[in-house]
Amino acid sequence: MMSFFQKYKLKHYVNYAVIALFTLIFTILSLSGALHSSTQYLLEAMGISMILAVSLNLVVGLLGELSLGHAGFMCLGAYLGGKVASLLAPSLGESSPLTLLLSLAVGGVVAALAGLLIGLPALRLKGDYLAVVTLAFGEIVRVLFKNSGESFGGAQGLATPRFDRQTLFLWIFLSLLVCLFFLQNLMRSKHGRAITAIRDNEIAARASGVSVVKYKLLAFMLSSFFAGVAGVLFSFSQFNVRFDHFDYNYSIEILVMIVLGGLGSINGSLVAASLITFLNVKLADVLTGNLAILQDLVYALILILVIIYSNAPALKNFRERFNLRRLWGKIRKPKKADASVQRDDANDWAEIPTKIPMNEILSTDLSPVDSSVKARGDAPADREEDRHD
Amino acid sequence: MNFLVTLINGLSLGGIYAMIALGYTMVYGIAKMLNFAHGDVLMVGGYVMFVFLAINAHPLLALLVAVIFCTLFGIGIEYVAYRPLRGASPLAVLITAIGVSYLLQSLAQIIFGSETRYVTVAELGLVKIGSLSLSVATLVTLGVCLAVMLVLHLFVRYSRIGRAMVAVSEDRGAASLMGISVNFIISLTFAIGFALAALASFFYLMKTPIITPTLGSMPGIKAFTAAVIGGIGSIPGAMLGGLLLGLVECFSNAVPALAPYTDAIEFALLIVILLGKPTGFLGKIRREKV
Repeated sequence: MMSFFQKYKLKHYVNYAVIALFTLIFTILSLSGALHSSTQYLLEAMGISMILAVSLNLVVGLLGELSLGHAGFMCLGAYLGGKVASLLAPSLGESSPLTLLLSLAVGGVVAALAGLLIGLPALRLKGDYLAVVTLAFGEIVRVLFKNSGESFGGAQGLATPRFDRQTLFLWIFLSLLVCLFFLQNLMRSKHGRAITAIRDNEIAARASGVSVVKYKLLAFMLSSFFAGVAGVLFSFSQFNVRFDHFDYNYSIEILVMIVLGGLGSINGSLVAASLITFLNVKLADVLTGNLAILQDLVYALILILVIIYSNAPALKNFRERFNLRRLWGKIRKPKKADASVQRDDANDWAEIPTKIPMNEILSTDLSPVDSSVKARGDAPADREEDRHD
Repeated sequence: MNFLVTLINGLSLGGIYAMIALGYTMVYGIAKMLNFAHGDVLMVGGYVMFVFLAINAHPLLALLVAVIFCTLFGIGIEYVAYRPLRGASPLAVLITAIGVSYLLQSLAQIIFGSETRYVTVAELGLVKIGSLSLSVATLVTLGVCLAVMLVLHLFVRYSRIGRAMVAVSEDRGAASLMGISVNFIISLTFAIGFALAALASFFYLMKTPIITPTLGSMPGIKAFTAAVIGGIGSIPGAMLGGLLLGLVECFSNAVPALAPYTDAIEFALLIVILLGKPTGFLGKIRREKV
């Protein structure tokens, strides 16, 4: 039990705890009937965005391949999961968890297969070329469902069963927790390390024996699986799936979330996804009538300013001076911050199980290093002598 | 006979795509960024012409004003939104370009409303060549597009500034050491790209006389696709890709069974071509070095 806590630090569990706590509070509120339906809708939208952002982060932030077709995978999941749900609903009941779980499985698996299909070109293409393939994939999926005819509702969109509103967001947040659990543990395993190694340097990763083919495909499949799951949940949340919702602007909105949250940071994408969704839904609520057209303008301006502020090379000094983390550190621990970090380090070192006594290593006199530096400094002179010969 | 008409229609649509794709590809080659706002310049140019035609200006005058406006606009956007991010990560620049695209669309929506506007830039009628009846607009489009591409090709190949552009696209650092002002060249690239998009907008509206705030997004993506098929960064590649895409679109639209799937066919074509040639037809293959 001790080793369990040493291996898995508490901070790795904070995000589960926060999400679980929120879910619990809102479940109680929802069951007691105190939750307004618009809040419920907002929660559903936030949960779905978070699943989408975290899953896209696996490909863009952790594998390092730009994908502009995440909404395409979501679209596949939404249509197929919605179809399965509407087929099962008459026999199992509209709000039965079994209907939901089966359609989640079908939507996720189909999207994962599509992810495998798109992962294959990813083995051959680089950077922007791969990005345009994913964009093309998203558009193809949309056109196919638009012309699907009766079976998928065609231009009218597919009607999905009416799931119980009071518990739907609970299912969405459970899915989010499963997604988080899966991805975070993956990233801390050797498989996750392999994926980030490919991002950092593909050639070096390959040389170190990482199977690039396997891990690229794995990352694409997992990412699209969860996008498909999010799609199914979306179809339950909307009662109706329409192809034109999943255009490339939607893929880009998800991309914006993870870029603002910080590429590769799972907690960052959770925060950014919930904030942006909140902003979008609230802006749509607040700016009604003539002001409604301001929504896109405000969104676009915020987007441009935030990106320029957080990325412009000219603002680097300014950013470092007004860094939130630094300010927080100043408020919390005025001077002792550095000392505590060092002490933690020493503890960590001492805990490493080894047959060599750590204290001896740490107290070894390092002075020979200086002489070796001097010797290396002499080397050019030697070479010159050689040349004279 | 029908085949020939479709062929010429396809080439003229391809010419429009090629003109937009040229802007995409030049900006990518020289500024090393995907300017997702490029398609929206088509919309901006369209609205400028709409305003000038509404006050009964001559169509060519409207076109001239639109081209000048978009040129200045391109320089302005580059200066305000993209220049501060020079040297930042490509993804940040990409997101900014997307932000600019949203900004342009929402500004157009605020100024002109989201309703569809109809605009007749020019009515040129039909011409009969033998037993073929072709619209003059198509022929003019095709002719102008080919002329523009030729001029641009010669400009980049033989003029001093064009050579400087090639130099910047190959090695920005070395080019600036040779006394080339990189900032000037990048501004100029945006100016040329946006001017071409405004010109393309004239011919696009001649073909489909409808303006909405999201007019530019689909032709923009198609032109981007065309640029990638030809090999992004390559000027002849953009022409080739544009013409190919235009032909595919027109021939697919001509077959009733395929017509609803035209977009899917074009994008599938892109994927197939990239699988065969991972950097497009004329793209440079960069060997990865350790």
